[in-house]
Amino acid sequence: MHNDSKHIASAFDRDLEAIQAMIMKMGGLVEVAIKDAAQALEERDVELSEKVRLSDKAIDQLEESVNEEAARLIALRSPTASDLRTVLTVMKISTNLERCGDYAKNLAKRTGVLVNMSPIEGAAPSIRRMAREVEEMLRLALDAYIQRDTGLANEVRHRDLDVDQMYNALFREFLTYMMEDPRNITACMHLHFIAKNIERMGDHATSIAEQVIYLTTGEMPEDARPKGDVTSQTALGAEDL
Amino acid sequence: MNDMRIVRKDVDMNDTKISAKKVQVFYGDTHAIKDVDVEIKDKTVTAFIGPSGCGKSTFLRCLNRMNDTIDICRVEGNILLDGEDIYDKRVDPVQLRAKVGMVFQRPNPFPKSIYDNIAYGPRIHGLAKNKADLDEIVEKALRRGAIWDEVKDRLDAPGTGLSGGQQQRLCIARAVATEPEVLLMDEPCSALDPIATLQVEELIDELRENFSVVIVTHSMQQAARVSQKTAFFHLGNLVEYGDTEQIFTNPQDERTESYITGRIG
Ligand SMILES: Nc1ncnc2c1ncn2[C@@H]1O[C@H](COP(=O)(O)OP(=O)(O)O)[C@@H](O)[C@H]1O
Ligand SMILES: [Mg+2]
Repeated sequence: MHNDSKHIASAFDRDLEAIQAMIMKMGGLVEVAIKDAAQALEERDVELSEKVRLSDKAIDQLEESVNEEAARLIALRSPTASDLRTVLTVMKISTNLERCGDYAKNLAKRTGVLVNMSPIEGAAPSIRRMAREVEEMLRLALDAYIQRDTGLANEVRHRDLDVDQMYNALFREFLTYMMEDPRNITACMHLHFIAKNIERMGDHATSIAEQVIYLTTGEMPEDARPKGDVTSQTALGAEDL
Repeated sequence: MNDMRIVRKDVDMNDTKISAKKVQVFYGDTHAIKDVDVEIKDKTVTAFIGPSGCGKSTFLRCLNRMNDTIDICRVEGNILLDGEDIYDKRVDPVQLRAKVGMVFQRPNPFPKSIYDNIAYGPRIHGLAKNKADLDEIVEKALRRGAIWDEVKDRLDAPGTGLSGGQQQRLCIARAVATEPEVLLMDEPCSALDPIATLQVEELIDELRENFSVVIVTHSMQQAARVSQKTAFFHLGNLVEYGDTEQIFTNPQDERTESYITGRIG
């Protein structure tokens, strides 16, 4: 059950609004970081990747502010019911977003290394497509959060399957390149970590969507989240590729 | 080997101690309790919460027929204690109140010694054969009231000379001295400071081992801290009743949610 009416203590409403505004600000920064990091990779733009690395500080600071504010709210207001769930979910979501920020920063770092190697045919555009999909999932998950929209949240959960499939395809592609020419191994390893990190961002977006469902209904979604990453079961035999 | 005590406690908590069915209470033309059904569990603390005037005290007083003492009050429906109708003609309200004890908002010790405050009930109910028996009952009750250590050296001193928190624990000891099965408490901490309140809450938690406790409280935090079951009353209706954890994390009725989160309904 969610409740839109106002608290008798109006400062409580202001506090809850402020902490959710911080989440939205964090979300905006993370979306930009993902977009810029993927663009920097494709365009081999070191300056832009440097900008992404620096922007992570602001994201980390916001996460800290969210946690401090949540602790203060718990101590001073003893939130219950949907208020309690709001406070619990902002803490969880801020952690999800902070992790996404870290992955974007890591992507930017690897771009700094990759620009000194010859490009792997087709890899960067595929990664950028995947990043775009994850960025969109994140945006929708945060929209679902603000609007308390469980339908939209469920849509995000199911889109994670697409990201997993994109990752599986890339994984196989990189294996092929590495087997064709061992000189590709270093670049492909970096690209693989990048793809894996973007796939993880998709998981965080999914986790945010699940928080929306918990916040709105009081229960975590029951059906297990659809999982499409099968690379953990992939044998390295050439005949499989 | 099985831990019998834990197993037993589990079973007890599922036993219904008091079962109320279609209870209506009227004060003249005022319809104060409307069609309330509830099952109060044994060895469990049940909290009644809700805005002032919603009928918490009225319903609590139905459970040991304290409303009989109010002329204009009329109670309808059934209230069963261990399956027996407490409003049956053959039930003696005085005996009933020994089984279903009550603790009030303001500590109200008798203007007598600490010892006599406790000994009063057991004496009139003939629970002690001799002085040694009575001494034992008094000590056991004061221990259960978590106040023995503080008063054992001055049992002859007047009960009214104790601090507010001590007086309230004395009144709880007095209520348990007659070996009741249910303890009703109407805002037992509202006249106490925060430390005395915590001591009484701790005591309530201990009492749960032996009694079924029903507490009316204005403090949401207190209900959350001491109870396992919570009932939310609103305008004479029992709106929601469930596990305390569920009521405070995920209430199902919008009126409950608005009340416990401090919203304008
Ligand atoms: N002795 C009484 N005589 C007449 N009306 C009463 C009496 N006691 C309570 N009421 C009325 O019954 C309703 C419920 O009161 P009460 O049970 O005291 O509520 P609560 O304990 O939830 O504050 C109120 O409208 C109150 O005015
Ligand atoms: Mg009252």
